[in-house]
Amino acid sequence: MKTPFGKTSPGNLAFVRNGCYTLADFRVFLRLRLSGIMTVILNREQIEQALDEVTAQIIADAPEGVDLAVIGIRSRGEILAQRLASLLAKRLGKDVPCGTLDITLYRDDLNSPHGDSQPQVRTTEIGFNIDAKVIILVDDVLYTGRSTRAAMDALIDLGRPEAVRLAVLIDRGGRELPIQADYIGHKTDAAPGQLVQVNLVESDGTDQVVIE
Amino acid sequence: MAIRKKNKPLTWNRKHLLGLRELSSEEIKFILDTAEGFEEISTRSVKKAPPLRGKVVVNLFFEDSTRTRNSFVLAASRLSADIIEFTMKTSSVSKGETLLDTARNMEAMGTDIVVIRHGAGGAAKLLSRNIDSCVINAGDGFCEHPTQGLLDVYTIRKIKGTLEGVKIAIVGDIAHSRVARSDLWAMTKLGAEVTFVGPPTLMPAGVEQLPVSVSYSLDEVIEKVDVINMLRIQFERIGGNPFPSIREYSHYFGLTVERMKRAKPDILVMHPGPINRGLEMESEVADGQNSVILEQVKNGLAVRMAVLFLVNQAAAQSH
Repeated sequence: MKTPFGKTSPGNLAFVRNGCYTLADFRVFLRLRLSGIMTVILNREQIEQALDEVTAQIIADAPEGVDLAVIGIRSRGEILAQRLASLLAKRLGKDVPCGTLDITLYRDDLNSPHGDSQPQVRTTEIGFNIDAKVIILVDDVLYTGRSTRAAMDALIDLGRPEAVRLAVLIDRGGRELPIQADYIGHKTDAAPGQLVQVNLVESDGTDQVVIE
Repeated sequence: MAIRKKNKPLTWNRKHLLGLRELSSEEIKFILDTAEGFEEISTRSVKKAPPLRGKVVVNLFFEDSTRTRNSFVLAASRLSADIIEFTMKTSSVSKGETLLDTARNMEAMGTDIVVIRHGAGGAAKLLSRNIDSCVINAGDGFCEHPTQGLLDVYTIRKIKGTLEGVKIAIVGDIAHSRVARSDLWAMTKLGAEVTFVGPPTLMPAGVEQLPVSVSYSLDEVIEKVDVINMLRIQFERIGGNPFPSIREYSHYFGLTVERMKRAKPDILVMHPGPINRGLEMESEVADGQNSVILEQVKNGLAVRMAVLFLVNQAAAQSH
């Protein structure tokens, strides 16, 4: 497929589907031009399918009589958690509570001069009691495992869940802590310098996962 | 077509909070947004988070305080810092030690953040130039009380949604009030219209150069404002007689039940504390449904946690 900006594989461009460019397509093109090489590893349909599979596995594993709740790590994990909660609710035929966790205060690089650019503290919004529930903790990409560690510490300060399970859309390898996901949408090996970026309609205008 | 970067986060790089006059509106909003994230800590089962673990905060209070001092202690504890409490009455200041010597000695013990309240304007600034720790001004003379200004605008923003176009009266002893000054900067930078109300004898010199209207009659203002912030008469700082009698002051500038009847039904009644009940405000008003005085105290905790967190972050990144 030839695009205005050279040879790439824009798997889910709306142009391919319906013959006209959308705003999201232009953003994809621009980002391509700015960043050089970019490969789409999951398109919209594939993300949908991955979430369906994860939903089915969670339901298959869920013990009888225990309440499930979904908690997403800001910010992409929050959106994925909402999607997962509604998929679970549909399949189970009952409401599945969904919350958002901000892990900034629990990061291990807060006092490190080599830390990321300054993290911004946002709100944690969990409108239910997590005690005795099976919590599905949701993040977009599992990489070093440090965010998951922070999220678990934050969760434990909120109460005592029956169990915490980790669900991620992408496992890109490269762990620095002994942490593994229970549910994985897609596994890929990305080199340390590469950026695995999950774009979602709600935050980025388009659903896709790219490696840059 | 340009890609619009959605709300690009501001980078906070101030390791001292000395006053609100020097802050941009973006910086003030950034502190308020950050404070929202800290409110939740106080509502959960473990009321603690780890970002200041291993840091030492010193409360260096050369003047009396109930709210501010305890609020800083609690804020620092909730962020897992260790706290040294310094009070003038039980310290070597009574033996003649200077401010800088005291601060340097405290710093020699390994402090990271110094919270200072002092009767002299500029004390916090002086300290910030002479020690390595982060300095947070908890009130200096008649100059500024930045965390009070922040918690006041935080409270208003939380209830009204915005400061833009909100009409605010600050009433009473403006001349001796650092709260009035910090409030003025925070409120006007966020787009509010501020009126100072009080007798001419309690207006600060040079008030006409400030971005504020001045009124000498509470009755003229009471019907028009969305927020009214009542100040205490600071008898301990006043020399001479600024008004003939307390009763007369109360008659003209006190917030009474009668006056409240003419105010907008959703007016917010604020007071930085401590209240002299029956003087600047009747008890029924202080405890009435428009009063957000205790909300202010509650919000102060979140705001102070945010400030402690941010100055420490700025210090960590400048190393």
